[in-house]
Amino acid sequence: MAFSCSDSTDSNENVIDNFDRKIILENVTDNIILPAFNDFNPRVAQLKESIDQFSISPTLPNLETVQELWFESYKSWQHLEMFNIAKAEELYFLQKMNTYPASVSRIENNINTNIYDLESNNNNWSAQGFPALDYLLFGLADTNFDTLIFYQNNENLAYLNYLKAVVSQMLQITNMVHQDWILIRDIFVSSSENSATSSLNMLTNDFIYYFEKGLRTNKFGIPAGVFSGNNTRPANVEAYYNSTISKILSLEALGAVEDFFSGKSYNTASTGESLKSYINYMTDNTTLSSTIQMKFSDSKQLINSLDDNFSNQIATDNDSMIDVFNKLQEGVVLLKTDMLSVLSISVDYIDADGD
Amino acid sequence: MKDSTANYFNKHTSAAPLAVFRMFFGFLMLISIIRFWSKGWIHSLYIEPIFHFSYYGFESVKPLGLYTYALFIICAISSFFVAIGYKYRLSVLIFFLSFTYIELMDKTTYLNHYYFVSVVSFIMLFVPCNAMFSYDAISAQKSYKTVPKWTVDTLKLMLGIVYFYAGVTKINSDWLLNAMPLKLWLKSKYDLPFIGQTLMQQEWFHFFMSWGGMFYDISIPFLLLFRKTRSFAFVLVVAFHITTRILFPIGMFPYIMILSTIIFFDAKVHHKILHFTIKILEFFKMKTNNVKLSLSQVNHYKVWGTSRLIIVVFMTLQIIIPLRSLLYPGELFWNEQGYRFSWRVMLMEKKGSSIFKIVNSEADSFFYVNNDDFLTPVQQKQMSFQPDMILEYGQYLGDYFKSQGHENVAVFVESYVSLNGRLSQQFIDPSANLMELKDSFKHKFWIKPLNDEIKGF
Repeated sequence: MAFSCSDSTDSNENVIDNFDRKIILENVTDNIILPAFNDFNPRVAQLKESIDQFSISPTLPNLETVQELWFESYKSWQHLEMFNIAKAEELYFLQKMNTYPASVSRIENNINTNIYDLESNNNNWSAQGFPALDYLLFGLADTNFDTLIFYQNNENLAYLNYLKAVVSQMLQITNMVHQDWILIRDIFVSSSENSATSSLNMLTNDFIYYFEKGLRTNKFGIPAGVFSGNNTRPANVEAYYNSTISKILSLEALGAVEDFFSGKSYNTASTGESLKSYINYMTDNTTLSSTIQMKFSDSKQLINSLDDNFSNQIATDNDSMIDVFNKLQEGVVLLKTDMLSVLSISVDYIDADGD
Repeated sequence: MKDSTANYFNKHTSAAPLAVFRMFFGFLMLISIIRFWSKGWIHSLYIEPIFHFSYYGFESVKPLGLYTYALFIICAISSFFVAIGYKYRLSVLIFFLSFTYIELMDKTTYLNHYYFVSVVSFIMLFVPCNAMFSYDAISAQKSYKTVPKWTVDTLKLMLGIVYFYAGVTKINSDWLLNAMPLKLWLKSKYDLPFIGQTLMQQEWFHFFMSWGGMFYDISIPFLLLFRKTRSFAFVLVVAFHITTRILFPIGMFPYIMILSTIIFFDAKVHHKILHFTIKILEFFKMKTNNVKLSLSQVNHYKVWGTSRLIIVVFMTLQIIIPLRSLLYPGELFWNEQGYRFSWRVMLMEKKGSSIFKIVNSEADSFFYVNNDDFLTPVQQKQMSFQPDMILEYGQYLGDYFKSQGHENVAVFVESYVSLNGRLSQQFIDPSANLMELKDSFKHKFWIKPLNDEIKGF
C-alpha cells in the first residue's frame, strides 16, 4: 500500500493506489481532536481559576484576566464544536457550551431563585456556557469599571456564585468529554467501515452538519435574518455582549473547518490524510476537493471584509452578511451532494434498505 | 394461431411449484414485516414524520397514526395465512391490499422490490397457489394434482420481466463505459475482509461487475427457462444475490429473488421440497397423514375465465409500463420521469441539496425554510433529488405558511444535484414559483437540463 505524503496544502498531490480510512481517523483523532482538547481543556481550567481568583479579589486586572481567558477559550472552542460524537453527544456538550443567544431572563431567574440545574435541564442550555459568561462578563454594565463595581457590591454575590457555577459546569463536562476521547481513541480509529455508525461516517456527517448549522446558519444566517423574513436579529450574533469578537470567532471556526477538511494538524503546519485526500482518491483527481477548498477561501475573503462587530455589520450593511451566508451555502451544496456522492457516505443515521 | 393459443391455455402442469412458491413467499413476507418492525422503521418512517410524500392520484393514502401498527399486524397475519394456504384467496387479497397501502403511504420509501411484492401478490390473486399442500386443500379434502400451465408461467414471466428490464436498463454509457455508479460503491467497500483493499479497488473489477451484472440480468430468465442450463443458472442466481447482499444494503430482496426463481424448476424438485417440509412438520410432532393423503389425490384445477383475461391484460401492462420513460424528453436519470416501476435498480448515485425560499411576492421579503422542521433526514435525502417530491414539498410549505398568515406566498427552491460522480449543477429552475406549478404526467419543464448526455436506455 502506498500513501501520499501530502505536506503541502495545494495541488500536485499524487493520486494514490489504495486508501485506508483508518489513516484518516488516526490523523483526525491524533492530530486534530486530541490536540485541540489538550489546548482547550487547560484553558477552561485556567478560566475557572481566574474566576475563582476574581471572586476572592474582584479587581480590574482580575476581571480583565477572566475576560481574556474567556476569549482565548472561546476561540479554542471553535475547533471542537463540530465533533458532536460519543460523550459529547451524550452530554449535550456543544449545546451546553455554546447555545446562543444567551437567555437573559433565564440567567437572571436562575440567579434570583438560586435554584437551577445546569446539568440535565435542557431549558438551561441558553443560560450557561460561553454565551452566559459573555453576558455575565460584558453584559451587566457598559464598561469594565462598572462591571467591577457591580460585582464588588455584596448584594450581587449571587451573580458571582452563578459565574462560578457556570464555569465549573463547563470545566466538568470538558474534562469528561476530553477523558472519554482519550479512552475511546483506539476503538474510534479502528471503526473504519462504511456504515451509519462507523467513525468516519459520523465525523463526516457531523462536519457537514456543523458547516451548515453551526457556521452558516447560527453565525450568519439567523443574525442576518434569512430565516425570519428579512427581520435581522443583531442580538443573535455569537458573543453579542462583546460582539467585537464575533468576526474573529467565525474566522476561527472557518479555519477549523478548512483544517479538518484538509487534514491539517492543530496548531502545526503538517497535514495528513483527510476527507480531501479521500475525495482525491475516489475521483482520481483534485477537481472536487479544490473546488470545495475554493469555497472555503472565498467565504474567508468575504468574512474578512466584514466589520469586526457583526451586530454593527448587520445594522449598517446586512447584504454583506447575506453574501457570506450564500457563499457558505455553495459550500454546503458541494459537501452534501458532490462529496457525499463520491465518498458513498450515507447522510443519515438510519440504515434504511435500498435496491 | 387461435387454436394454438387455446391449446396453450388448456395445458395443465403440476400444482407443486405454486404450492412451494406460496409457502416461500408467505414466510418471507412474514419475516420481512417482523424485520421492518423490529428495526423501528414503522415509527421512524410512518409515525414520526409530520409530512408524507404521496403518489400522484393516491394523495388520500396516508399513515394511520398508531393504527399503522394494526395495518402491519394485518399484513403479517395475512402473509402467514398465505404461507399455509388458509382461506388463500381472501388472505392474499388482504395481503395485497394492506401491503400496497403501506407502500402508498409515503413515496420516500419507494423500492423496486416492494413494488415487486405488490405486483406478485396481485398476480397470486388469480393463480391457484392453494391447489395443493395448503390448509384449504387438506381441510376440504380436495387437493389438486395439476393446475393450468399458464398460471405457473405467469409467475415465471413476471420474474423474467424483472430481470430482463433490470438488465436492459443497465445498457447505458454511465454503467458500461464509466462503471458508474458501481465504481464509487465498490471502492467504498474498503473494509471488507480480504477483498476490500484488493479486488474492490481494482478498476477492471468495477467494469467486470458492471458488464457482468448487465449480462446476468438479461440472460438469467432464458438460462432458467431451459432445462440444460437451469441448474447452472440457479447457482448464478444464488451467487449473484449473495454478492449483492454482502455489498449493498438491500434487505430481504436477495432472498425473495433466490427463493422465487425456484419456480423455474420442474415438479420433481418441488415435490422434494414438499416432502422435506412434511419431515419438518413431523419433527415438530405434527400429524401429517392428511397432508400425505392429499398429495396422492388427482384432481385437475379449473380456473375462472375472467382470471385469465385479467392476467393477460395485467402482464401486457407489465411489459409496457417500464417503457413509458421513452415518451419523455430529456435525461431520464436526471428528470426521473418514468423512472419508478421500471426495474431500474442500482443505476444511480444521486445526491441533492434543496433549500426552499418563501417569498412575499408583493413586499420583496423572503426567508429560508429549515427542512429539519418538516422532514426527517431520510425524507430530506430522498426529496432533495426527485423533482416530484421537491414540488410536492414546496407546495406543502407554501400552504403551510399561508395558513400561518403569510401573504402573497411564492415558493422557490435552490436545488443542486450530483449524478453518478458528476459535479453538482442546479436542478430546478430557481425562478419557478412552485405554487404556480401542477404535478402531472406531463414533462416537467421546470427541471433544468443535465449538462451532459447519458447514452442508452
